[in-house]
Parts: sequence; structure tokens; C-alpha cells
Amino acid sequence: MNPLFIESATPLDLAEHKTPEESYTLGPIQTGPPCCVPRTLFSIKNLSLNYGSTPALKNISLDIYEGCITALIGPSGCGKTSFLSTLNRLTDMIPDCKVTGDIRFNDINLRSSQLDVLNLRRDIGMIFQKTMPFPLSIRRNIELPLREHGINKNSELNVILQQVLQDVGLWEEVKDRLDSSALALSGGQQQRLCIARALALQPKVLLMDEPCSALDPLSSAVVEDLINRLRGRYTIIIVTHNLAQAKRIANYAGFFWVSERAGCLIEFGQCKQIFEAPAHELTAAYVNGSRG
Amino acid sequence: MSLSHTDKNLTFVLRLCALISAAVVILILVFLLKESWPVLKHVSITRFISDASWHPAQSLYNITPMLSATLLSTFGALLLATPLGIASALFSRYYAPPALAAWYRRLIELLAGIPSVVYGLWGLTTLAPLIGQLHPPGVSLLTAILVLALMILPTVALTVESALLAVPAAYHQGAAALGLTRWGMIKGVILPAAHSGITSGTMLAAGRAIGETMAVLMVAGNVVQHPHSLFDSVRTLTANIALEMSYAMGDHRAALFVSGLALMLMVLLLVSMAEVFKRRPVYV
Amino acid sequence: MSKNGIATFLIWLSACLVTGVFLCLLMDIISQGLAGLSWAYLVESPQDAGRSGGIASIIVSSGLILLVAIATAAPLGLATAVLLTEFTTQNSTFGRFVERSLDVLAGIPSIVFGLFGNAFFCIYLGLGFSMLSGGLTLACMVLPILIRSATEGLRSTPNDYRLSAAALGMTRTSALIHLLLPTAIPALVAGLMLGIGRAGAETAALIFTSGYVDRMPDSLMDSGRALSVHIYDLSMNVAGGDANANSAALVLITFLFIINSVSSSLANHWMHRRIIRL
Repeated sequence: MNPLFIESATPLDLAEHKTPEESYTLGPIQTGPPCCVPRTLFSIKNLSLNYGSTPALKNISLDIYEGCITALIGPSGCGKTSFLSTLNRLTDMIPDCKVTGDIRFNDINLRSSQLDVLNLRRDIGMIFQKTMPFPLSIRRNIELPLREHGINKNSELNVILQQVLQDVGLWEEVKDRLDSSALALSGGQQQRLCIARALALQPKVLLMDEPCSALDPLSSAVVEDLINRLRGRYTIIIVTHNLAQAKRIANYAGFFWVSERAGCLIEFGQCKQIFEAPAHELTAAYVNGSRG
Repeated sequence: MSLSHTDKNLTFVLRLCALISAAVVILILVFLLKESWPVLKHVSITRFISDASWHPAQSLYNITPMLSATLLSTFGALLLATPLGIASALFSRYYAPPALAAWYRRLIELLAGIPSVVYGLWGLTTLAPLIGQLHPPGVSLLTAILVLALMILPTVALTVESALLAVPAAYHQGAAALGLTRWGMIKGVILPAAHSGITSGTMLAAGRAIGETMAVLMVAGNVVQHPHSLFDSVRTLTANIALEMSYAMGDHRAALFVSGLALMLMVLLLVSMAEVFKRRPVYV
Repeated sequence: MSKNGIATFLIWLSACLVTGVFLCLLMDIISQGLAGLSWAYLVESPQDAGRSGGIASIIVSSGLILLVAIATAAPLGLATAVLLTEFTTQNSTFGRFVERSLDVLAGIPSIVFGLFGNAFFCIYLGLGFSMLSGGLTLACMVLPILIRSATEGLRSTPNDYRLSAAALGMTRTSALIHLLLPTAIPALVAGLMLGIGRAGAETAALIFTSGYVDRMPDSLMDSGRALSVHIYDLSMNVAGGDANANSAALVLITFLFIINSVSSSLANHWMHRRIIRL
């Protein structure tokens, strides 16, 4: 099946999206492994997370690079989703959750209590495993967060709406029914809508928690292709169980495992190296399928 | 929790409203005590039980005739309503075909929605004359018991039904696998498993019966006396308050507030015990 | 006959008994009250202490009392429910304190509310025997019911909405107004109907707070007679008032039946929606 490939003919002023030629990633953009070593966007040192007295993550340290797709792989229960939640401070919503360590985003300390969390979440968007469109029309789904962040003029809203729907490849499919309920869309369409909704806020980073696992294979392929096309314009951190998917799209990979009942990072590096020449034996066992 | 300014402002307003809501019950307690105080100042609590009779004009404040009327009518109503209520719940859950069960449940819910004055009206115009033919006067303890039983029946039926629904399916399957008859399964497994829910429902119903005013006011006869037979006219504590408040003054009025406090305590005790029973896990 | 057979027989017998008595009650009220019902009955005021005439002023008074009760209790109740579900943590002492006091409030018998209303609204606040006093007393009575159903409605909204709204940088207030409250509306309205049904059936709390006057009221500070109080007065204090009491009872039952039906069908619709959306 040929995935839909929609490209905006003329870059629109308000969108401020970078075209592929101006991407952050140096060198040719290609599917899968390695390209370059671009600028560090996230710098995480000794991150630990506890739910009450139960540890979930212990001493995670890694760097996330700008414009690349970083895949977090590992079996269930290793704390990958919890790790993702720390990056946009969604852990604030979970009662009894304590985060320690140093997380820096563009040299801003993410754990500071002075931080404007609402604006942070504009820069760091999140896509969940379960598709979560609002029970509103397609148009309202995208407009609501935009209005919330101060963009109120209808003309601007329409421009952004069309731009992001084209970016995710939904425009042709839904342009005639923008005011119908978003819940009537198929699973794949809903997930793409959620991505569009996050893109509308012009984030720098997209956190994706197993975005394809709840979708059928066809929709999954479409969403994966979309994620691929977002590379360079956005920094993407994707949690995935699908090793083949990680091999296909990721530039960098981090392998999580459970040790002493808490999640920890076993190995992190360029994707090609993790899959073809892993340094740790556990990593080798996991990617070969002999463990996990 | 990271909250924005809007959220912080909203939280402040919401807290204020919640405080007002919570303050209502405290206000009630305070005012009941305030109004009771004039008589409690010089009349000790024991006099409310040991005085010769209830004659506020002569400073006699014995509430035991009313208390016994309340307790007897409640007890009698429970005696009637509990088995019928449990039977109703069992009927709609295990015995009736689904369509009939749905109708029956609707009937019970309708019964629950009928106001107490209407029950009292029916008791006064239909039931009391019938009982009067048996043994005059018609308005008596028996009439009160019958009307109260009808009123608390839906409470028992609905709470027992939710207790029955909470019994895990595994119990039914286990009993069926052992080849028990329907009644055998109900008596041996289901009812014991639901017994805390049933007790809770009974206590709630008792609380409702004790607190009931209008229906008993209309059908019990309202004579202040200890009943010696079912056909004696009696006056419950609630009816006493309703009847005498309109003309009571000074100590008399305060004494009525004292009986109101006593009522409140009795009902609250029952309701909290019902809560305790409801929270017990389902086990045999 | 086996035990099983006897049990089955007894249970069916009980069901028939209950149904029979209820139908008897309904038939009696309808047969004795239907004769007096007419359009004139609904639009004329009572005459001759209610033995003749209609219940127009009574209906107006009842409506005003209900209005006061709901207008006071609904916003307060909604605000409390929102606080308890959205803005307090699981173990917050304030939250638990509010919930406990509401539980106690729910258990207080209606005559005690009447006593309180009389002492506080009529005398202490100086409102006298008025529909305002009666309405405010009823507001105290229905507050726990409204709060309970509102909290249930809000707790059953999918948590997904809160998560995705937060991930998009929306304030909790905004998520509440645009997403959570609209989703919870069927439950909120069902609870509102339940509260109206409870308040409309109430008598004992109104006798000493809104009084007995059966004229058409001029203002909220006037004394007014609610429908339930009218039934009571006609049957107990007015000789020969039984027929009209039955008619009034019929009107009241019909009104409450409609309210309660709307409430339960809304509740079912809301449950139905919940199951579909998963």
C-alpha cells in the first residue's frame, strides 16, 4: 500500500516550519541509522523516579540530540513511559511521584519549581499509545489548544489547521468534514489527528509513547511514515516495542531493562551500533530475540 | 502540582464553596444546641426519661411514651419490610423473567419516589377505616407500622438488590457446579455472601423509619401514651415535634429541640453503622 | 413440597403482595382524585380553606420554593463536587473533612431540618415564615444529593481527556470547562432532577419555615404553601377536604413521576454512552 504523501505547495508564513533543506540534522536524511552528531537538546543525568516508595527508574543518564529520532526500546515495565513523562513534567499529574536528578532542556532545568510548565508543554508535545481525541469536532480538537495559548483570530486558526492536517496527511481525507466529530475517525486517523494537534503548537520535541501499538498494520504503516517525514524538523523520542520499527526509523536507540526492580538504561548509542554491534551482552540478547 | 494562575484562583473559589457546604452540618448542630440550651440549663437529661409524663406546661418532660412509639413502630415496620424487601430483591434478580423483573424494579423505584404525605393520605383515607372496622379507632400503632413498612420497603429492596449484584459470579457458578437448587444456592451461598449489604440496607431503612414524620403524623392517632396494644393511638417523637412546634414557647420549645437532637443522634448512629457494614468485603 | 418449591411460591407471593398493595394505593388516589382534576383546578386559587377551588397559588408557591432551593444548592454543590474530584488529592484532609460532613448531612431527618430552618433562617436571620426560608432549608437538604451525583458524573469522565489536555499545555480550568463538564452534563442533570424530586416531596421541613398561607404570593418573602403541605393540611385540618387532597396528591405524584423518569432515563443514557465509548 502506498502511504499518502501530501506536501504543502508553498510554505506559509505563520507556520514557521522548516523545510527539509533547512533541517537541523547535518548530512543526508535517510531512513534508519546513523547520520551525524548534532547538537544536544536534552541532557539527563542520574534521573531517578519513585512512585511512593516503589522505585521505577534508577540513575538514567543520556543525551537526546536535536532533529533526530531516538528510540527507547526494552521490555514492558522498564520505566520507559515514566521516563517520557518526566520530560514534559506530566509526572506532576501523578500523585506521590518523586523525581530526582538533573534534566536540562536547552540548558533550562526542567525540575525547577519556577518553570512555566504550560509553556514547556507547548515546546514538548506528547502522543499517547491510546488515541485520545477530544469529544469535539476535528476543527475544535486543533483549535482548542491554540486558543488556549493565545491564538484567537479565525484566519490564523484556519491557516494553521490546514497546514498541520496537510503535514500529517489528513487534509484530503477530512477537509470536507472538519466540523464532524473526531470520534468518528478510524484509529489511524485519530492518532494522526492527535499528532496534528500537537504539531499545531509548533513544538520543538515530540514524545511518542508507542504510537502505533494500538493501531492495525495499515494505519500503523501510515503513522510510521509520518514520523519518518517529521525527522529533522522535530526532535522525536519514541518508545516502541517493535524492534523492526526502531531499526527502520531511529537514529539513536536506548535500551532499558529492569535491574533490582527498577528500570535502568543499559546502553545508548547510534541505532546502527546498538543493533549490529551492541557493547552489552544483554542488549545483544534482546535485539536477537533470545531475551525479553 | 503545578498550577497556573487561573487554576489557583479557581481553587480558591472552589475551596470557599466547599467550606460553606461543609459548614452547613456544623451550623445545624450549633443551632440545635443553642435552641436546646434554655431547657438543658435547669433540666437534667435524666428528667427526660424519668419525669412523670410529657406535660411541658407543668414542666414535665418525659419523652419515653414518644420514644417507645417511635421504636415500636420502627421495629414493627422492619419486621414486615425486611423479609418482603429481601423477597422482592430475590424475585427481580433470580425468579422473574427479565422483562417482568425490569417492570418490577420500576415499580419499586416508583414506590420509592412517592412522597410521605401521599402515603399518609392513603393510610388515613383507606387503611385507617379498614383497621377501624377491626378495632376502633382506626388510627393506631398498627396503621403506623403498616404505612411505615410500605415506605421503607423500597429502601430495603433496592439496597439488598445492589448487595446481591455485588456477589461475584464465581459464587453462582460454584453453586451451580455443585448441583444446588435455586433456593439452596440462595440460602446457602448468596444470602450469606451478601449479608453485610443486607444488614446495611436494613439499618438505612430503620434510620428512614425513625426519621419519618408526615406519614406517622397522619395515621398514628397522636395520643401521648405508652401503647399497650397494637390498636392504641400513639405519637412518635417526630410527630410530637411537628404537632407542638406551632404553639410551643420558651422551655417547651427548647424541649422539642432536645428531642430533635435525640432523633438526629439516633438516625446518625444507624446511618454510620450502615456505612460500616457496607464497606465490609463480600465473604461467606 | 420441596423446600425449593415452597421458597419459590413464597417469593412469588411476596412480589404479588407488594404489587397488589401498590396498585391498590395508586387506584385509590386516582379514583378519588381524578374527579376533582380539571384545567380550572390547576389555574384557580383555593377557596373555602381548600375545600373548593384549585391549586394555582399552591403551584406557584411550590415552584418558587423549589427555585430558591435549586438556585442555591446547584452552584454550591457543583463547585464542591469539582473541588472534591479535580482539585484535591486522594488523601487530602480538607477533602475528607468535606466528604464526612456531607455524609452526616445526608443522614439528618427532615423534621430536624425543619427545626433548624425555623431557628436559623426564620428567627436568627429574620426571614420569618417565607418561601425564602423554606427554599434555603430545602437547599441544605438536597445539597448532599447534588454533590454526590455531580462527583459521580465527574469521576466517570475518561482520564484521557485530563492527560491529553495537560500534555497540550492547557490549564485545568480550561480542561474542566471545555471537556470535562460538557461530558458530565447528563449525569449532572440527572442529579439535578433527583434533587428536585426529593425537594418536591418534602413536607416536614417546610411546615415551620415557609408556613401555611395559601394566597398567591407577592414576593419571595411572603409565606407560601407547598403542594405537599397543602395535601397535609387538607387531609388533617380541614373537614371534607379529602377529595381535594386526593386531587392534589395526584398532581404531585404525576409531577414527581415525570421528574424521576427523566432523571433515570438520563442516567441510563449516560451509562449507555459510557459503555460505547469505552
